[in-house]
Formats: sequence, C-alpha cells, structure tokens
Amino acid sequence: MAKHSAEVVIEGLKKILIKEKEGMDEEVQGIVEMFMAELQGGMAASHQHDPDAQRLERGFDFFKNKIFDKNPEFFEALAKKQQPRFLVIGCSDSRVNPPTILNFNLGEAFMSRNIGNMVPQFDQLRHAEIGSVIEYAVKHLEVANILVMGHSHCGGIERLMELPDPTLTHDFLDEWVKIGLPAKNKVLEQCNHLGTEEQKRLVEKESVKNSMANLLTYPFVRNAVVNGTITLRGGYYNFDSGTFQQWKLCTKPMP
Amino acid sequence: MGSQSYEEAIAALSKLLSDKADLGSVAAAKIKQLTAELEAAADPAKFDPVKRIETGFVSFKKEKFEKNPDLYGTLAKGQSPKFLVFACSDSRVCPSHILDFQPGEAFMVRNIANMVPPYDTTKYSGVGAAIEYAVMHLKVENIVVIGHSCCGGIKGLMSIPEDGTTASDFIEQWVSICAPAKNKVKSELTELSFAEQCTNCEKEAVNVSLGNLLTYPYVREAVVKKSVILKGAHYDFVNGKFDLWDLDFKITPTLAV
Repeated sequence: MAKHSAEVVIEGLKKILIKEKEGMDEEVQGIVEMFMAELQGGMAASHQHDPDAQRLERGFDFFKNKIFDKNPEFFEALAKKQQPRFLVIGCSDSRVNPPTILNFNLGEAFMSRNIGNMVPQFDQLRHAEIGSVIEYAVKHLEVANILVMGHSHCGGIERLMELPDPTLTHDFLDEWVKIGLPAKNKVLEQCNHLGTEEQKRLVEKESVKNSMANLLTYPFVRNAVVNGTITLRGGYYNFDSGTFQQWKLCTKPMP
Repeated sequence: MGSQSYEEAIAALSKLLSDKADLGSVAAAKIKQLTAELEAAADPAKFDPVKRIETGFVSFKKEKFEKNPDLYGTLAKGQSPKFLVFACSDSRVCPSHILDFQPGEAFMVRNIANMVPPYDTTKYSGVGAAIEYAVMHLKVENIVVIGHSCCGGIKGLMSIPEDGTTASDFIEQWVSICAPAKNKVKSELTELSFAEQCTNCEKEAVNVSLGNLLTYPYVREAVVKKSVILKGAHYDFVNGKFDLWDLDFKITPTLAV
C-alpha cells in the first residue's frame, strides 16, 4: 500500500531535516525537501483522477477537523470501549440511515443494515450474517434494546410484492425478500380492498413486526426478553409525511 | 461529576424549558435530548429509550428534513447513490459520521467486521441480495469496504484456537470468512504482538473481502468494464486516521504462441 510507505518516509525525512539542519549542506537540504514534496504530491495525485475517492477523503477531513479533533476525551473513551444501548436493524437504503434519522451519536447504536431491514428465523446454515450481529449485540455488548426500523418506499418490500415474477429472476434478492412473506400474506388477506401503494405501506410495517417475532427464535434473545433485560422495538420512518412511529413488544400478560 | 451536579443541571434545563414558552422547537428538542442524556448518565436506570428515539427524530426532522425540502423531496422519489459501502456494525464507525455521508449518497451493508463472503446462494443471501440490488438496480459506481481499529470481530477471528473449536452460535462461523487474512498475518508477521497482528488482520481482511467481491459475476463484469471501482479503507479511531486504497484488477490478454 503505497500511501502508508510514503507517509512513513515523509515522517522520517522530517526528523532528519530537523535534526541535521545546522550541519546539513544546503544543496542536500533542498534535495530532501524536493523529495518530500514529490511524495506528498504523489499521495494527493493517487486520487487525482478519482473524484469519488476525493469525496471520501474530504468527508473524513471534515469529520476529523470538526468533530474528532474537537472532542479528544469523548473519542479516547470511545476507543477503549463501546456501550451502545441499542441494536438497530435498518434497511440498506441510502436514504434511511438510522443514526441520521434518529440523531444517534457515535457509540449509541450497534448497527445491522440489509435489504428490507429483515430478520430471518434462527438458521445457522443460511443466516450467519444477521445471527452473528444479534449474538454479538446481545451476548457481548448486552444491549438493552433491539429496534427494527422499516421505511416507506422500500425497494425490498416492493420486490416482495412483485413476486412471483416469471419475467425477472435474481440470484439472491427474491429468496432474501421472501423472509417477509408472512407479512405480505397477512396484509393481502386482510386488506385486499386497498390499492397497491397502500398495501405496500402496510406490508412495510407488518414486515417489521414479522422480524420482531423472528427475533424470538434466537434463544439468547428470547431468554433476555423473558428476563426483562432486552426490549424488542419496532419503528417506521415515512419520508413522504416526515413522520416516525415506534412501538414495542409487550411481554407482560394483559389483564 | 457527582450526582448533585447532574441534578442541578437537569433542574436548570427543565426550568429553562418551562420558563421560556417561546423557545424555538429545535432548541426545545435539543434541551429535552440533553436532559434525557443527563438523566441517563446520572442514573442509568432512568434512561428512557422511547424518549431518546422520539427526541432524536424530532431533532432530525427540524434541523435537516424540514430545512432541506428540495433534497428530501427528490429522495422521496428515488435514490441514486454512487457508493455501496460495507462497514462494521460497531457503534463507533458509522460512515455517515466519519465520512460525512448525506442521505442518498451511500447504500449500506453493516455486519460484523464488515465482511463480504464469497458468492453462495445458500449461506450468504443477505449480502448477495445487497450487492445484486446495488450493482444491477442502483448501478453504484464504487464498492467500498471499510475496516477499523479495535474490531471485535477481527479479534474474535484471531482468537479462534488452532484446533478450530468454536463456542458461539454464529460469530466464529461468520468471521472465519476472512480466515485467509488471519493465516497470512500469523505466518508472515510472527514477530508482532497480538494487538499489532489484529491491526494488520483488520486491513488484510478488507483485501480478502475485496477479492470475494469478484466472485459475484456482475461485480466482476462491472469492474472489467470499469463501471465499478472497488476500494478498501481502514478507519483508525485511536489515532484519527483514514486510509483508502484501490483494488488493482486487470485482465491481460493471453498470447497465442
């Protein structure tokens, strides 16, 4: 990785220049300084033809200057340990980043993001990805809340509603979104009279509830819920109306 | 900070809220959020998740959603992110903070140790679905895999005993996706401490994931056509550094002799 080596060399050269300044031949000093400038230019030049790479570098510089460097105690404490109170399962959709929507600061929420914010049932063969996130959050971080967050105009739910589709097949997408089938079937059964768009909004919410129910198929989640150390929550962000609803799974018997 | 100072601060903030009826709603939401955080810090048992979520959304709505109607209006109609980002589930490495991503910029997958497994329709449908959707439907131009310092998942990988015994239901099975990175580090960097080996493994694992991306035919095709660039990155939150690198992938024609 050329960038690392360039940085190391520049730091080394700086030390030499400072140390040897008094005794160093002017010509040699000039050559060393020119070499340093070339290395630094080379580092910047490596992203010269890549505006997207520059976008990432700029984004980090903004964070570093405005936030990281201005809060050293906060970041020092965070570097030692994370103690998030939430595991949030959100959609991969670029418009619905849960920390943005719910104004979570760094350190507050352990995150899982996938198509359609789905939680499949416990399955060690097929679903180690989500299983490992839930396991780590519950057993190691001991989060007190799991929030499944759905949203309007979800592409994953849209695909679920289109199935079965003989005209277009996918390697992965269709099998994945079928996790939400119980939600779709329930809405179609109970709300057949509604239009497609209205049905989609309902399935988006029902799918969150379906995922919350699937969380209980993980023994470590079920035990924590029964013991009262974890609360399962659902949320729904509607970006047409700019609203957010939340609800939770009640485990106490109702009178 | 003794609990007395917390209580004084909470009392002062509550008084401010009740006295100043004309306080703007943004300031009011911020005060409520700060009060909730102080209450939680003073007495962890008092943390109210419902209030925290509610005030968090109100802040977002007032400070961002309502102040940028053009952006959010456009986003409501559709998304066209340029990036597919793989980042760790770790609460400290949220790309929207560390790379200042705005809504609409990055389609995101977050899992333990930001791993991309190889193409497998049985074992890894979640990741496969996200890659499929991002590359074929959203037509992202970059796939970025971001590793980070002090990664619990990588540490877990490096800690799996030589005989391969595992104690977890999922975690060790999942992180073993990047076993090639662990093997490389353990065999080539024997002189380094465990912590230093983990740091190296964090970066090597990103490269393993970049390689795994090429097992997806539509990714491979897009990379060859140069419509998608694969990038690796590492965020070091101990020293406040961010490294970014490209995957160099060429297909050279074979010579017929």
